[in-house]
Order: sequence, then C-alpha cells, then structure tokens
Amino acid sequence: MNLLAILQSELTQFGNALPGVISQGLIWGIMAIGVYITYKILDFPDLTVDGSIGTGGAVALMLILNGVPVWIALIAAFAAGCLAGLVTGLLNTLLGIPGILAGILTQIALYSVNLAILGSANKSISVDKFPLLLSSRRVAVSGGFAVFGWEVGKCVLIVAVLTAVLYWFFGTEYGFTIRATGCNSNMARAQGINTKKSTVIALVLSNGLVGLSGGLLAQYQGFADVNMGRGAIVIGLAAVIIGEVLGSAIMGKRFNFVARLAFTATGGIIYYLVLQIVMQIGLDSTYNKLFSAIVVVIFLAVPYIRNAAKTSYGRAAKNAASRAIGKGDSEDA
Amino acid sequence: MLELIDVKKTFNAGTINEKKALNGVSIKLDEGDFVTIIGGNGAGKSTTLNAVAGVWPIDSGAIIINGKNVAGLPEHKRAAFIGRVFQDPMTGTAATMEIQENLALAKRRGNPRGLSWGIKRAEREEYHELLKMLDLGLEDRMTSKVGLLSGGQRQALTLLMATLKKPDILLLDEHTAALDPKTAAKVLELSDKIIEENHLTAMMVTHNMSAAIKHGNRLIMMNGGHIIYDVKGEEKKNLTVDMLLEKFEEASGMALSNDRMLLSKHNDM
Repeated sequence: MNLLAILQSELTQFGNALPGVISQGLIWGIMAIGVYITYKILDFPDLTVDGSIGTGGAVALMLILNGVPVWIALIAAFAAGCLAGLVTGLLNTLLGIPGILAGILTQIALYSVNLAILGSANKSISVDKFPLLLSSRRVAVSGGFAVFGWEVGKCVLIVAVLTAVLYWFFGTEYGFTIRATGCNSNMARAQGINTKKSTVIALVLSNGLVGLSGGLLAQYQGFADVNMGRGAIVIGLAAVIIGEVLGSAIMGKRFNFVARLAFTATGGIIYYLVLQIVMQIGLDSTYNKLFSAIVVVIFLAVPYIRNAAKTSYGRAAKNAASRAIGKGDSEDA
Repeated sequence: MLELIDVKKTFNAGTINEKKALNGVSIKLDEGDFVTIIGGNGAGKSTTLNAVAGVWPIDSGAIIINGKNVAGLPEHKRAAFIGRVFQDPMTGTAATMEIQENLALAKRRGNPRGLSWGIKRAEREEYHELLKMLDLGLEDRMTSKVGLLSGGQRQALTLLMATLKKPDILLLDEHTAALDPKTAAKVLELSDKIIEENHLTAMMVTHNMSAAIKHGNRLIMMNGGHIIYDVKGEEKKNLTVDMLLEKFEEASGMALSNDRMLLSKHNDM
C-alpha cells in the first residue's frame, strides 16, 4: 500500500517533469546537431561549443533585455556562434593550430567575451516582462496542455525546420564538399575542393547552431550565465552518440541523413530523460557533470567492447587451443 | 600540353633528414602522350606526379599546363586540369558517400560549387551508363557507400572519376600496385581503354617493367631525382626488360637492385 503510494507519487512527479525534459532535451538537441556537423560530418573534434553556447545565450539575453525583438536576438545569437566558429576555423586552417587546441583556445577566450557581453557572471530575464519565445515557467503541467503542449510544440517545430534546412544544405554541391572534406580530404582536394574553406564553413555553421541553441536555452531557463556552456560538448556528444546507437538499432539500413539529425535531437531528450530519472532516484545535482561524462563513456565503450568480444586475442587463444586438442596431429589429413 | 622545366624540390631542407627529391626534372609531353615512369625507390617518380598535382609547392622551376604556368596554384585549383588515381585505393574516393555522390563530386571538378543540388536526376542516368562500361555491376549499386567496395572496384571507380570531366593530364601513381595481379591487369586494361577513347595525356608510375613497356607510347626512367632515360615510338615498342635493366646500369652507374622491380620482371601484364 505504502509502496504503491510512493510509486504513484514518483510517477506523477516524472509525468510533471516530462514536458520540461522534452523541451530542454530538444534545445540541447539543436546544440547536438551542431556537434554532429563537426564531430560526425567534418570529423573535427570541436570544443569551441562550450564557449559559443554561452555567447549565443549572452547575446540573445542582452538584446532582449534591451528591447530587441526575440527573433532578431536569435539571429544575432546564431551569428555570434558563427563568428566563434570562424575564429576556431581560422586558427586551424590559417595558423596551423591543431583542431582540438584551436577549439579550446576559442572557448577560453569566449569566457571573457561572454563575461563582457553580460557585464556580470550571470543575468536573468523575466518572462513576465519580456515576450520570450520559450520559458520553463510555461511548461508546468498545472498550466494545462494547451500551454505546455505549445511550448514543447515550438521546440519540435524549430528542430524540424533546422533538420529540413540542413538536409537541403548537405544535399547541395556545397554540402557535398563539406562531407567529402570530412571523409577524405586528399580525395576532396584532388576533386578541386578547397578543404580549408569547407572546414571553416562547417565550423561556422556548427557553432551558429550552437549559438542559436544557447539563445533558446537562456530564454527557456530565464537567465544566462558565464558557466552555462561548461561541459556542453559532453552533453552534445552524449546526444549524438545516443541518437546514433538508437537510430541504427531502430532504422537499420534506412538510417539516412534526416533520420540521423532527428535521432540526434531525440538523443538530447533521452539524455535529459535519463538525467531526470537518476535525479528522482536521488542523484544530487552536484553530480550532473559526472553523470554526463559517464553516459558518454558508456555509450562510446559499449559498441567497442561488444565488437572486441566478438574478436579478441583471448577468444582466438581459446579457439586455437580447442582446435589443437580436437584435431591433434590429423590437421594435414 | 604539359611541360616541366628544371623542377626542383628538397624535403626537410637544412635538417639531418634533408632529401633532394627532384634535381631539375625537365620533360615536355605532347598532346595524347601516355608516358610510363619507372625507377628505383626514391627515384622521384611519385614526387614528380605530386609536383604536377601541386600537393606541395616546388622550390624552383616551372610547371606548364596548356601554356599556363601553374606552379603558383594550390592543389585544389590545379585539380581543374588534372585527374588523379592513387596507389592506395582508399585515397581516391570518399568511403562514407554513395557511389553516385562520389561521381557527382568528380563531375564538378574545376567548377565553382554553389547551392544547387549536389547530384541531379539526369546525372544519375549518365552515371548508370558509365558504370555499366566498367562491367563490375556497380550500376546497380549506385546508392551504396563506396566503403563497401573492394580495392579493385574502388580503383576502377576512381579512374572513372578522374576522367569523368576530361582532364588535361591524367596522373596514375602506381594505381595497380595494391591490387592482386588479376585485378591489376583488369584496371590497367581499363586505363588503356579510357586513355585511348578520350585521347588523354597521361603519366603512369609503375614498378612493373613489362607493364611500363607494354603500355603507353613513351617511357621515362628516373634515378636520384633526374630523368635518366626517355624513349618513345618504335624504339620504346622494341624494348625488353633486360634492355631496361642494362640501360639503368649504364645511365646510373649501378645495378638496379630493387626487389619489387626484379620480382615483377617476368610478370606479364
């Protein structure tokens, strides 16, 4: 009886949290789609995102606070992210700084930039005073389905539009050059592609999306913070990898580009779903980042270990031993 | 068509690993020339091809394609004039992209790329017909990822890609060396066919001396970053492997002690 009551209250709590989990998951899903472009398509481990998501958030928040329309603020957040990506791209292609380090340098520099934009370590914005596109305050179940449903619907819509635009872009001649550069830069150059340029464009586009998601996130949570991007890359990667594992399991051979983007966004939802569950079970929010690191480790390690289990030296030794015993000297017969 | 004038290239200049790779290579190719290049390891064969392709800038000299000095153009710009097939079958194609997408990339070599579709419907039909010509069944797998193909299939596809948009120069850098003998023979035959049908000007590096004699209308031998022997026409047709070995000793003052070349001496292709 008592146990049932606890279960019921837990389920209610989980149900109440669901709209928020989905909205937040999708906002991070946009960020993850940005990560997908660099990590999967360009094959470039870009760590700029930890900074550019904060830049997008800071730019959008300050503009809205100063009375700029939300949609212009979001375009500005996108543009600010693009600039961040441009810096990393130029550090890498013009100055020859290795990709991973170029991203770290931009990210660190952006910490100061973000602080300068915000003017303080954090700034909040009230949904009561400003016409925010998204707000966590509206996703309360108590507000009724019409309110929180539309809030979640807006997130779904944004992801759907971005997926459609990216599907188009990566299907164009220019999109092809980025895919070829990421896959085989020797081949790309031999086919007349300026691989430096396509690397920069991909980084710009990726960080633009990350900046946009930062702009949405700042509105959703009602504040921007210089630390809001810390560990963002890990959440983005988690979403990409969860989406990949899930997508290939469900779609198999039909796991095409659109599905990959959609599953990457879904990966964001699943990440927040799991986070919600472990927090309800009793994980202190102190351990959020530890948790996200562990999720990424698990999802990266499982396919590797599974594969390794299929063909390992240990197994080869065992097989060889059983063969030697079973067949004896008659091997040549 | 293509002319190299006193091309020089030193790698790691001023260090203990300094290597004078090209010591003043000069050669003039006529339109339709199919030159085979042989020589020992480190002779400068592949380096010559890479110099033409612009993989790195040369130290001095000139590279003239169609009357234009291209020595100052980076690799991706020079690609407008040049089709290339590499030794490693993995190098010439994008593994995670579809067969037809790879062809579409090659079709646009040298053209500005914009925001129109990367592959159009009419192209698919064109590629279908071209792939049929390879006789490998690839025309029915046009949406397969190139990574699923065998090395031989990938080389045949790379060859098709290199010539899809007619290049001024076709560079074949030991493009059959990584293939088994039977597949290598097939790819070589295909190369001959494509070069002849499209009247291409081509340079082919090979370690196989009989292949170097059998294919093409001109043969050059390299050693120590120099061209030490250049033969064409009737004289080339009458060459034998033994004559080549002798020529090498005579020109370079040492015996040709390259295992791969000696082993492939009697391997007819």
